[in-house]
Amino acid sequence: MSDETSTTPATAGEGLPAQATARSGRGAGNAAPTSRLPALLHSGAGRNVGLVVALAILCVVGFITSGERFADVDNMLTILRLASVIGVVSIGMTFVITGGGIDLSVGAIVALASVWATTLATQALAENFHWIVIVSTALLVGTGCGLVNGILVAYGKVVPFIATLAMLASARGLAEILADRRTQILSVREFVDFFGASVLGVPVLVIMFAVVAAAGWVLLNRTTFGRRTFAVGGNPEAARLAGIKVQRHTMLLYALVGLCCGIAAVMIMARTTTGSSTHGTLYELDAIAAVVIGGTLLSGGRGTIVGTVFGVLIFTTLSNVFTLNNLSISAQSVAKGLIIVIAVLLQQRLAARSHGT
Amino acid sequence: MAVRDLTDGSAAGEPLLTMRGIVKTFPGVRALDGVDLDVRPGEVHCLLGQNGAGKSTLIKVLAGAHQPDGGEMRLDGDVVTFGTPMAAINHGISTIYQELDLVPGLTVAENVFLGHELSRAGLSMRQQTQRRTRELLERLGHDEIPAGREVGQLSAAGQQIVSMARALSRHTRVMIMDEPSAVLDQEEVHNLFRVIRELTSQGVAVIYISHRLEEIREVGDRVTVLKDGRTVATGLAARETPTSELIRLMTGRDIEYVFPDRPAPDTDAPVVLEVEGLALAGEFSDVSFRVHAGEIVGLAGLVGSGRSEILETIYGARKATAGTVSVDGRRLRPGSVAGAVRSAVGLCPEERKSQGLLLDEAVYRNITMSSMPRFSRGGFLDRTREREAATELTESLDVRPAGVERAVRTLSGGNQQKVVLARWLLRDCRVLLLDEPTRGVDVGARSEIYALVRSLAARGVAVVVVSSEVEEVLGLADRVLVVREGEVVHQGPADEIDEHRVLDLVMEGSAA
Repeated sequence: MSDETSTTPATAGEGLPAQATARSGRGAGNAAPTSRLPALLHSGAGRNVGLVVALAILCVVGFITSGERFADVDNMLTILRLASVIGVVSIGMTFVITGGGIDLSVGAIVALASVWATTLATQALAENFHWIVIVSTALLVGTGCGLVNGILVAYGKVVPFIATLAMLASARGLAEILADRRTQILSVREFVDFFGASVLGVPVLVIMFAVVAAAGWVLLNRTTFGRRTFAVGGNPEAARLAGIKVQRHTMLLYALVGLCCGIAAVMIMARTTTGSSTHGTLYELDAIAAVVIGGTLLSGGRGTIVGTVFGVLIFTTLSNVFTLNNLSISAQSVAKGLIIVIAVLLQQRLAARSHGT
Repeated sequence: MAVRDLTDGSAAGEPLLTMRGIVKTFPGVRALDGVDLDVRPGEVHCLLGQNGAGKSTLIKVLAGAHQPDGGEMRLDGDVVTFGTPMAAINHGISTIYQELDLVPGLTVAENVFLGHELSRAGLSMRQQTQRRTRELLERLGHDEIPAGREVGQLSAAGQQIVSMARALSRHTRVMIMDEPSAVLDQEEVHNLFRVIRELTSQGVAVIYISHRLEEIREVGDRVTVLKDGRTVATGLAARETPTSELIRLMTGRDIEYVFPDRPAPDTDAPVVLEVEGLALAGEFSDVSFRVHAGEIVGLAGLVGSGRSEILETIYGARKATAGTVSVDGRRLRPGSVAGAVRSAVGLCPEERKSQGLLLDEAVYRNITMSSMPRFSRGGFLDRTREREAATELTESLDVRPAGVERAVRTLSGGNQQKVVLARWLLRDCRVLLLDEPTRGVDVGARSEIYALVRSLAARGVAVVVVSSEVEEVLGLADRVLVVREGEVVHQGPADEIDEHRVLDLVMEGSAA
């Protein structure tokens, strides 16, 4: 079977020398250079370089305008700490969007989980109440809400936009009822101490974000679950006919983003020592924006955790630079909007080029 | 190629529309290779031909949806070219497609005048629109359809009438109807014929496409037969030409496909797939057959006869309303694709791109998609082994260009089909269901696919093939089932039946 027209059999060990004989034309962007490179580099290398450059430019601007105040280690840690909560939510969002869905309820779920957990803590009957109960409550509430979303979308055939919009409204409402519209102070010292600590100068929150991101990367790129996520998002009918349980997988994706919201709720409680129905407001927009500028395709089938992490860092650094320069929140919003539009326009150009059509 | 023109010398006068030597090529395929057609005013001109003969392409050329690469079209003696569908419509050529192109949420009147709304100073003239619509419906003999009703609430037959009214709302001289009777019941078909006669009596020419010979005999005046993109006969009298003559003209090919040798039937081979009384409400009923290890069974039938639905129901992609499917004696759970895949059943679906492949994903990922547990430990995928397995398969199937990291999108149709087949090879299938395995595959790659399917069967796989090309079913299969309107009308060895007989069963059912 080695009657290939022009490749030399000597190098055929990789089955690789796929020169541009076919119509791939000018698609230099997607021509895999060698299969030895990790998938991380070879799939999204070009795009990630763009994100690194964007982040670097922001840092340079920050340094020029604010100098020492920006480059300060404490300021860097502040950026990372701010990035970590929305970052964990965005990792979950990456999965749902890659799987062809969307979740508008993430912010509301964060709020509900935080309120539910703090209510439990303030009303706890026993004094010897371990903080792990708070954590488990937040995680359970988050996963539970996600599961409801997932069942509605996968088995109830409700459009994701609508199902999670309903969850957005009702979870936020339930949080208000539980909290009676008051901010609940979390006074469990051990909880605050544990999550407020630093390990070797790195805040626990930042470590949590790093762990979630790493786990998300492995899950998406190295497991059957991840591979199925790409298949379900890329072509659900083909996935179904290949024997993948598309409905169950879709449900699990929403449960996963719910779990991430639970983790984010724990983190936000630790950072603010409160539970409130106003936590996580507009997180859905920030998370979707971060995922999209990171390079995950909103229509599903393509997703990158590394891109999402950069997306989150870019937005958080932007906020920080604006704040240091005493620019208003409104100006930040305008800048965010511009960045989203530019990023998506660039991506479309890239995608069009790599498809050749 | 000699085209016979059997036009009777009656005083039918000048043709309204003439096409001469129309050529249309697509990458790898010459869809139209010199088509001639004459249509006279006031006649019903039937187009006949097998799947792939070029009827749809011809219609699209006429409707301005495709630009021909050669040939000449004349309307009233003047040479015309249609750059856009709008140009064709403006010349009085209207097309009623199989998939009706109406907007369900708008009213009948709004649909009829869609695109050329009656208005004054930007304000729509509702009264006048409704009145004109009623006039058109009356002209079609269907004034019972309310002009103000939403189109989505009408029956298929009613929607067809609206489409025709829309065609008439512009000045229509040639109306093309692509299998208009496919969605209608007997009564509605007669109604349709009445409308057609009404139109032709007003001087409109109708180009009528149907696979049902009895309809052609009832409503048609003359017949043109297409084969392999060419006109093989034109001007045949629709009523007098014998069926055997029409079928003879439609069959036989200039390009002969190479089919692998058929081994002697092995009567000792165990039954692998057993289908018993399978039914799907509204699609097909009481389908029973067995496939032995190493056997290829072919399903022949027209589009819409239920053949694809039978495959999809066996596979669990549709939930059977009655009957059972067993693999190696074990029953499959109805409506469960995952269950079928677990029992080593594989399907290569009809729409390869939309149902079979992840086009932007790498070749190897498409191949391992149904065998992931084999490459995973604790949920983690061993991608090195995945690539090795895929590389081995693509080399043995000669997928070109080589390289399992390449996105499937960059492969040709035949190579994409090999990727789908490789998926099921890797899965070690017991039963392989192939729906139109050579659609969009060029001539050279076809023989490769045929040989591949045969070699799979030789390994003991039970294969079921569905195809609209009768020749393919007969050439590839050991045994043939002929399906007509959801019923199996014939079952027997492939070498005991010929193309004429199958077409006869499929189109007329006279011998049933």
